[in-house]
Amino acid sequence: MSALFEADRLQMRFGNRIVLEDITLRFGPGELCGIMGPNGAGKTTCFNVLTGRYRPSRGQVRLDGEDITGLRPHEIARKGVSRSFQIMNLFNDFTARDNIVTALPGLRRRGFDVSHAVAANSAFADQAEVLLERVGLAGKGGVLARSLSYGDRRALEIGVALAAAPRILFLDEPTSGLGSDGTARLAALIGSLKGQLTIVIIEHDMRFLFSLADRISVIHWGQVLAQGTPQMLRDNEWVRNSNLGKLQ
Amino acid sequence: MDKDSRDSSRLVTPAMLGFIVLLCTLPLWIGKVGLYPYLGIEILIWALYALSFNLLLGYSGLPSFGHGAYFGIGAYAFGLFQHNIVPSLWLCLMAALGAGLVAGAMVAAFISHRRGIYYAFMTIAFGQVFWVVAIKAHSITGGEDGLLRIARLPADFGFANIDLADNTALFYFVLAIFALALIGLWRLVNSPYGRILQAIRQNETRAAFIGHNVWLYKFTVFSLSAGLSALAGGLFAMAQTSAFPDVMSLHYSGYVVMMTLIGGGLVSFWGPVIGAALFLLARDIIGAVTTGWMLWFGLLFMAVVLFKPEGVAGWWQGLRQRTAGMSGNATGFARLRALLGGRA
Ligand SMILES: Nc1ncnc2c1ncn2[C@@H]1O[C@H](COP(=O)(O)OP(=O)(O)OP(=O)(O)O)[C@@H](O)[C@H]1O
Ligand SMILES: [Mg+2]
Repeated sequence: MSALFEADRLQMRFGNRIVLEDITLRFGPGELCGIMGPNGAGKTTCFNVLTGRYRPSRGQVRLDGEDITGLRPHEIARKGVSRSFQIMNLFNDFTARDNIVTALPGLRRRGFDVSHAVAANSAFADQAEVLLERVGLAGKGGVLARSLSYGDRRALEIGVALAAAPRILFLDEPTSGLGSDGTARLAALIGSLKGQLTIVIIEHDMRFLFSLADRISVIHWGQVLAQGTPQMLRDNEWVRNSNLGKLQ
Repeated sequence: MDKDSRDSSRLVTPAMLGFIVLLCTLPLWIGKVGLYPYLGIEILIWALYALSFNLLLGYSGLPSFGHGAYFGIGAYAFGLFQHNIVPSLWLCLMAALGAGLVAGAMVAAFISHRRGIYYAFMTIAFGQVFWVVAIKAHSITGGEDGLLRIARLPADFGFANIDLADNTALFYFVLAIFALALIGLWRLVNSPYGRILQAIRQNETRAAFIGHNVWLYKFTVFSLSAGLSALAGGLFAMAQTSAFPDVMSLHYSGYVVMMTLIGGGLVSFWGPVIGAALFLLARDIIGAVTTGWMLWFGLLFMAVVLFKPEGVAGWWQGLRQRTAGMSGNATGFARLRALLGGRA
């Protein structure tokens, strides 16, 4: 399978601290890939390099064969790369609907159209309604983001990331802070997206990841320690020796 | 559609229309309440200035604390253009606007990757530079003596040439410009552009990662705000038939911040207008009783910052309705904190 998104031998250093040693990753179209690893392993840093927050000290990032290394975050986002953040990142003063509308490519393209009334654009409102329903927030479009429940806010983050019409979606610990009900709900949501676009998820919740992912990569000490299908990883020595073993 | 989104799609809202109609009648009654038409001109000019300023402070969350520089640049540009190039009202106003845009763009190019306290400091530093230049360039600006003999040029519409020397005529002229700016700004803040500015205020990182060019929005909104402030400055030079460096000082730059916050610019489109009117009314009414009026206004400002950062407009909104989930007061505090906190 030809890869949609490729990271080649990435290295990321901050001063003389090397956080990513040598990371090579491939994500195919429609694939759901998991990334796991202990705290401080460099998973978030890896996402930050892939989505343009940091420019890698070495290596290359390609989307559909095109070199996107060193492009700025908004340029990478416009090419169809969307992400969520480990720490909740929403527009808190906006309603759920406005959070989504703000991320629509249609709105972005009219960004300098200063005579256009956002509120009068029924296409924006309709698209937002579809997305709200898709992430399980139908009927809550008028609620301020800050007033939503924690679980709803986590769902809205995915809605905002989806609204940007991505080809590939990076989710950084989407279940963090959620209880078991919330996690189950999010698993169902991500399961329903599976196959429609490429999804890459950093997750500590192994049950969650093993049930959803086609492939999993283990990152540790800034390197890809192991990768393969969930089944293959169950048999991997490192994974067996880590706290993952408790799962089985 | 609810009332708010209906209003936000309108060219002119009922409130706007009512306000402008009321202002149209102002010369008829302002003398009877013990005030004078020139005060009306001043209020409109400062309201225009504060509205432009609030594009940054309230909408984009960008603290510009040296904004008097652009107001002053507009005043000088208006005067210098009519003295040295051509005494045409329209061209002089364009010159004021253009000078503000250019000066604003120059500064914005240096600061648009910043936010929070760094942004605030840099705007102060640049503001001081322009102020010092205005004082030192004596041969051009007249230094502390000011640029004098600026004429109230007639408004030439081709078919009619209207003399603006009289305060009532000038009031209507300034009102016309104010009304156009009010309508334009209302469209702007409710457009995708305004929406993205507000998104940037709340979360710059999120805005960038959904594809918005945050730097470009911050650059353009600063330039635009400086340009419109300079237009207000041009009208000010015309009103007082002179231009002085004091409006560019840090001191005067603070006035527009006070007006905007007291009026409720952090939570309302109308905040800056309310604040400008209150400020100048307080100057004249309290100032008639005591020369220390600024002390009282300063105390009011402190009280607003400490207890009611949502300002008069937010307090009024709170009386009418409660924003779901969060009171105007909490919103005011959150936005005030975010201004200098400089997250992301
Ligand atoms: N901008 C930076 N400057 C210096 N060091 C950094 C920077 N960003 C991350 N690091 C360091 O890189 C290491 C990896 O951090 P990262 O956030 O990528 O880990 P992680 O795998 O996402 O961990 P967690 O599971 O806790 O989220 C940490 O030790 C962190 O301190
Ligand atoms: Mg992390």
